[in-house]
Amino acid sequence: MNLGAGRADIERADVIVIGAGPAGAEAAITAAEGGLRVLVLDEQGAAGGQVWRAPVGGFPGKGDAEAAAGAALRERLSASSARALFAHRVWSVVRETPVDGGGAPGFRVDAVGPEGNLSLRAPHLVVATGAHERVVPFPGWTLPGVIGLAAATILLKSHGLAPGRRVVMAGCGPLLVAVAAGLVGAGVEVLAVADLARRRDWLARLPAVLGRPALAVRGAAWSVRATLSGARLLPAHGVRRAEGRDGVERVVLGPVDASGAARAGAETVFEADALVVGHGLTTACEVTRMLRADHRFSRLQGGWMPQVDEHFETTIPGLFAIGDGAGVRGQQIASLAGRRVGLALGARAVSVRAPRSATADFQAVDRQLARARPFSDAMAGLMAQRAGQVAAIGADTVVCRCEDVTRAEIDAAIDQSAGSIDQLKHLTRCGMGPCQGRYCGDTVQELMAVRLRQPREAVGQWTGRPPLRPVSLGELVGSFSYDDIPIPKPAPL
Amino acid sequence: MSRVFDLVVVGGGIHGCTAALFAARGGLSVALVERGALCREASGVNAGTLTMQMTRVALIPYALRAHAMWADAPNWLGHDVGVVVCDGLSLAFTEHEEALLTERAGKRRAAGAPIELITAQQAQRVEPGLGPGVRLAGYCKVDGFANAYLTGLAFRNALLEAGVTLMERTEATGIDPEGLGYRVGTAGAAVRGRRLLIAGGVWIEPMLGWLGVHLPIKVLVNQLAVTERQRPVMRTVLGIASGLLSLKQYPHGTTVIGGGWQGEGDRERGGVALLPDRLIGNVRLACHAIPALAEARIARAWAGLEAETADALPAVGPIPGHPDAYVCGSVHSGYTSGLYIARLLADRILDREPALPLFPIDRLLAQPETT
Repeated sequence: MNLGAGRADIERADVIVIGAGPAGAEAAITAAEGGLRVLVLDEQGAAGGQVWRAPVGGFPGKGDAEAAAGAALRERLSASSARALFAHRVWSVVRETPVDGGGAPGFRVDAVGPEGNLSLRAPHLVVATGAHERVVPFPGWTLPGVIGLAAATILLKSHGLAPGRRVVMAGCGPLLVAVAAGLVGAGVEVLAVADLARRRDWLARLPAVLGRPALAVRGAAWSVRATLSGARLLPAHGVRRAEGRDGVERVVLGPVDASGAARAGAETVFEADALVVGHGLTTACEVTRMLRADHRFSRLQGGWMPQVDEHFETTIPGLFAIGDGAGVRGQQIASLAGRRVGLALGARAVSVRAPRSATADFQAVDRQLARARPFSDAMAGLMAQRAGQVAAIGADTVVCRCEDVTRAEIDAAIDQSAGSIDQLKHLTRCGMGPCQGRYCGDTVQELMAVRLRQPREAVGQWTGRPPLRPVSLGELVGSFSYDDIPIPKPAPL
Repeated sequence: MSRVFDLVVVGGGIHGCTAALFAARGGLSVALVERGALCREASGVNAGTLTMQMTRVALIPYALRAHAMWADAPNWLGHDVGVVVCDGLSLAFTEHEEALLTERAGKRRAAGAPIELITAQQAQRVEPGLGPGVRLAGYCKVDGFANAYLTGLAFRNALLEAGVTLMERTEATGIDPEGLGYRVGTAGAAVRGRRLLIAGGVWIEPMLGWLGVHLPIKVLVNQLAVTERQRPVMRTVLGIASGLLSLKQYPHGTTVIGGGWQGEGDRERGGVALLPDRLIGNVRLACHAIPALAEARIARAWAGLEAETADALPAVGPIPGHPDAYVCGSVHSGYTSGLYIARLLADRILDREPALPLFPIDRLLAQPETT
């Protein structure tokens, strides 16, 4: 397509990287070291992603290991020749194939930033867009005071804010105790930490964890810190419901089985003003989905993800996917994958001149990736979606909070005629709201798969559509004169 | 030998569904073969506009009758498609658009559309949400919109109630004349009918090709966008003189922005990509007309395929050389007029004289170069 050819305001680069977390920033730095012109975009005000999120607004931040790692990454990125565009929200990515045989095929990326819309173009695109929190609905999950684990982390890391005074935490995975310890450190009273996993689930992963002794020690320290503060650690427990008039007043926890389904046993009630829930992460693969790259489903690694080769290149030439958005595997693997892509892009730039040295570099990173995988897989397994937990969602519970669609309405539409996930959206409006299906997508697909007795692969995912993020019309149009609108010729009369 | 239906309809968009419904109510046994789900292509993803001010002059008499059908859908269809009847405005912001509007509104009025030209001040009273810069407006009380994505569900229920054999998720793979009728091939068993209706939207070109009939169909890739829910910012259906904007706010607060700006795609791949410059252009027009839209965010944008013949008029009538075979499609502004035009064709299939003329395709088959 000839997209605004000759426009002077389209900035060109060799590589565009979307996302400046550990994966994207590392890819940008490495590709820039390889002599490439790199543009890296992030909707946040600084690099670091969620795991190494930078403090904002003069808040000093915590002097822990993660803060130091984030600061180091930000320093390396700003010292590199990669041009970073922060506070830019990417809303459109299109593939460009030249019609006249001139120029290389590539990608056009549009992002809204402080100066309005910005158009960028490059033959290579690296998608490092991270993960979303998985929401598994329960009665009361839309009450004010119920907050995601990652959101609570952002409040704490970036702003030094606590989600409440008396907090209950529930969910699964290693972040749960980490955030609990962080909240305790910030002076919050953590009443209980309910973990879907049983003690033996953690023990089963001990060998993998012991392969990373530093992390094992840190994890143990988190648990100790949380318990010493008086928090009750409740393994094999989940949220039954959150209650309150205008916000959370009570949280009811109860025992669950290995699938996450409620099992008989005493419920425990806590008088709390906030509930922090974290049921793992799902991949943010909107870009590759919209570009129609091939995807695969992995329950253990956050759901749908683009298929990639050993260079992390997707089935679309020139399009790479790394980090949690290409399979939830955590920071260490994200950083290594970023370096690996950066090297691959650098090697591609020098092409046949130095294949040998590139191969040696690749092998070194590949060995590190192989060493990191057991720990990453062990942690990812703890955060995977649990079938019993989804099956237990009540008929009256809202699944799509943007459009107020309940489980019963979704089931009815599936039974009536919704033969595809896109059709389900049209029949119920589920996923049509401003969250664009990020909250409900994983749950709805699972509900449909179970009800139709089909694998998740057969149910698929919603067709990717722009904008990649909701974008304000005002920001998009900027200031313009009516005469400059390129209105096509009128339709026939 | 499998069952032979009185009529096999290939394509479950608004044309195929309407024709199938009235044919079944007229006493025929009808099978409807649809590759996906009903009304999930152009008939379900269009902007839902039911306007005279974007309708071709030759189609105004049809569109007026179709509008009445839409407004009365709960009665004859039996199911709600969220139709809102409201005022419509077509705006002119420049001298050129003023001339265009005067000409076009005049011709549409002559064809029967109750359009009157009003001043900017009058337009402001009709639509308090208007921005500055309006020079002239076409005002029509016969306007409105449906909720396009509800069309398929409404028709599905109506067709089942009328006894139509619905074959969704069944792709037609070929059509052959057979005995006194037609055999429609699918991945499973073939579907046989004494009569045939091809109503496959942009795919009528390859479908007619199965019968050796070459009808060139241009594929338009119309970009659309919808905002998140917002406070009421407009109460009319809005367009501009050139037809490159359509705008309406739904009762639940979202606003659909259309106008036929072209995206990337084709018959084989569907709507592949929305082109950002054109999306921005379309949105600028929208914000120019209704400035308060700038407060909202775009929640989603998409592209739908629309069929267009060489003369941009419908392809509706018998298929030459093939007795009891018909085609229905490419009805410019097909969502507005399609209901009525497909119903006329059902009359023809039922051997009744249609109340208004059809649009036989013979004109498009003979020497398309000589214009």
